[in-house]
Amino acid sequence: MSETEQEFTETLTIPPPEEDLHHPMEQYLRMERLPHIWCSTCGIGTIITAFISGLQKSELDREKVAVVSGIGCSGRAAGYLRLDSFHSTHGRAIPFATGLALGNPDLKVAVISGDGDLVAIGGNHLIHAARRNINMTIVCINNFNYAMTGGQAGPTTPLEANASTAPYGCYEFPFNLPYLAESSGAVYVARWTALHIRRLTNAIAEALLKPGFSFIEVICPCTTLYARRNRLGDGLDLMRFYHDNAIIRHGADTREVDIGFQDRIIVGKFIDKEKPTFLEKRDQYLKSKLGEQFIPYKGPNDGH
Amino acid sequence: MKADPIGVATGSYYIDGDHACAEGAIAAGCRFLAGYPITPSTEVAERVAERFPKVGGMFIQMEDELASMAAVVGASWTGTKSMTVTSGPGFSLMMENLGLGAMMETPCVVVNVQRGGPSTGLPTLTGQADMMQARWGSHGDYEIIALSPNSPQECFDLTITAFNLSEQWRVPVLFMMDECVGHMTEKVVIPEPDEIEVLPRKYYQGDKESYRPFKFNGAADLAPMIKAGDGYFIHITGLTHDERGYPIINAEAQGKNVSHLVDKIRNNVEKISIFEEDCIDDADVVVVSYGISSRVALKAVEDARAKGIKVGTLRLVTVWPFPEGRIQQLAGKVKSFVVPEINMGQIVLEVERAAKGKAKAILVPHAGGWVHDPDDILAAIEEGAA
Amino acid sequence: MSYWRVPLDIQEIEIPHGDLHIIVERCKGCGFCEEYCPKDVLEMSTDFNRKGYHYPNILKQGACVNCNLCEMICPEFAIFCLEGEPRHPDPGEVIQGGENREG
Repeated sequence: MSETEQEFTETLTIPPPEEDLHHPMEQYLRMERLPHIWCSTCGIGTIITAFISGLQKSELDREKVAVVSGIGCSGRAAGYLRLDSFHSTHGRAIPFATGLALGNPDLKVAVISGDGDLVAIGGNHLIHAARRNINMTIVCINNFNYAMTGGQAGPTTPLEANASTAPYGCYEFPFNLPYLAESSGAVYVARWTALHIRRLTNAIAEALLKPGFSFIEVICPCTTLYARRNRLGDGLDLMRFYHDNAIIRHGADTREVDIGFQDRIIVGKFIDKEKPTFLEKRDQYLKSKLGEQFIPYKGPNDGH
Repeated sequence: MKADPIGVATGSYYIDGDHACAEGAIAAGCRFLAGYPITPSTEVAERVAERFPKVGGMFIQMEDELASMAAVVGASWTGTKSMTVTSGPGFSLMMENLGLGAMMETPCVVVNVQRGGPSTGLPTLTGQADMMQARWGSHGDYEIIALSPNSPQECFDLTITAFNLSEQWRVPVLFMMDECVGHMTEKVVIPEPDEIEVLPRKYYQGDKESYRPFKFNGAADLAPMIKAGDGYFIHITGLTHDERGYPIINAEAQGKNVSHLVDKIRNNVEKISIFEEDCIDDADVVVVSYGISSRVALKAVEDARAKGIKVGTLRLVTVWPFPEGRIQQLAGKVKSFVVPEINMGQIVLEVERAAKGKAKAILVPHAGGWVHDPDDILAAIEEGAA
Repeated sequence: MSYWRVPLDIQEIEIPHGDLHIIVERCKGCGFCEEYCPKDVLEMSTDFNRKGYHYPNILKQGACVNCNLCEMICPEFAIFCLEGEPRHPDPGEVIQGGENREG
């Protein structure tokens, strides 16, 4: 064997599989479906870990928590979580979740989906669910582009960022999601990045326990498309960028937290206020109008 | 199971088809309606919005029909009988999540009070031009059940049937009314609760680990459901999936999944189909019709009989799945089928296909906005008998 | 943290310890764990796992303080930390010029 061959063989030494090792998250994951589809250095897996940790921290009964996703990379989130999970159509995660949340008021419904799904094709549902203050938590994973379909420009693509349908750079103004959520009526609004893993975990726990419409934007590295097209390195380089350029500013005026291309990212808990939920308001109002005639909706009435 | 008395407004009423449909839904146990206003279906939602708070139901007016249909599918997975109501333009928007409902095998009812189209068309005037959309409207292969009532009384009775069929076959059921029937006011008798048969959802009883939300055998023996929140940790997706509900993206999985969606209806057409026949035994001509057109056709049939033409009627109560077998049987005996419908030729295509050239299929078209002139139908009957 | 002299209560100070576990075959080599480990416990291997990714190796097993950051930040559920026996620090490692100053 020549020296080169020997080196090559050594490099390819395959370590033994470690099947007896059980990750603490496994009880919350559909292990039979792993490995997941997300690229190396994508941050969605990290956000899933934060979601599970936040759920554990909230001490909610996991049997009474349902997760809904739409379509896209983040839309696959529901499929890996060992909770009641629904993978709906593109943009319709929030109305599907509205059906679950109103159909069974004992459920806490979380929507984990992407910026394209929730804000572009599903934008109307987002603002209306926030307006009604439906009891649900939105985890909006923002990677600044449509990654699943090949890196097209979306409603959050920063000005001048390159995308496959913005080959000369994006010239549309992007949404400022915390401002959109707040002005639509969300009672809890926060933004973190995939790097702010503990703060994100805390935010998810808080949001899950918050009655009403809570909205968390999570900035997430997309290595294969957004980072590559914009020559930003890989996901790790983006995490380093978040480290150097994220500014924690709790209570910041959401009008001032818009994101420019490779600009500073203001993160923090922006809004945390009290407002009756859709169901609280409905029940209280109808009771005041109908008195004894009013029968509150109590969940499935199916004869079982 | 008998209907829950709280939702049954027993009595004799003089109401229109839309209101009767609302009462039928409440009697059937429907307790969730997500909808968006659109003429001429709005009265269904209006009555439900008034009645639901008094019977423990949940009405929500959504931001659009996309959301309405998505919410209905979601709510159904909590175990609540769910419905939405719309007309043509909204029906088009619902197609996306109607497909989701079909793929997720979710019981629910979608009412379409048809008006003239295409596009915004004739908001306040009648049509029957969404019949093929009902069958083929969402992309991909699936089968659906659709009913077509021809009176306010049927709007009540058949809405209950629609809910029962949706539970039995785990499929969205389309309730294809037309503006005439929706806005027609007639006597409607709502029976006692113990005279109303309601099919409860079939739930899984067993250990959680071995639960499978789907059973791909294309048979009447469908997988029982569970409710979100029961601790089964189900995964339900609009992607092609296996019996566990897990996405599988390959041709083999697609073959199993889609064949099942199609076969569970196609293999059971005779169990699902409801149609009414009259004077069919010695008929030379059979008028095949549905909805309001079936009532207009009666005048033409009377006139034809007075002229000595042997004419029978076949009224489709379930339009989909189409009773192909029955048309085939009759095609060998009769000279022709006459199909009056308020569109430019939709169900006539099915009749023609099923007749396989053994009998003529004569369309009596109407572009919409009004019902047929019975003389036009009579002329077609005469042509068919010649 | 380091001091200019050995603290008087050094025998009462406990340093948490984590037992690190790496599920090599699940790793996709993103390097998040190596980058953000506050104790620089990990180092990306030059070897490949079966999927062809470099996975982390434990460089300083004893140095893990069970902060769980690697477990939290790993997008692949491929590394985790179990609480180990806490230990008392050696006087040498806490005074200035000690071996672990950068931590």
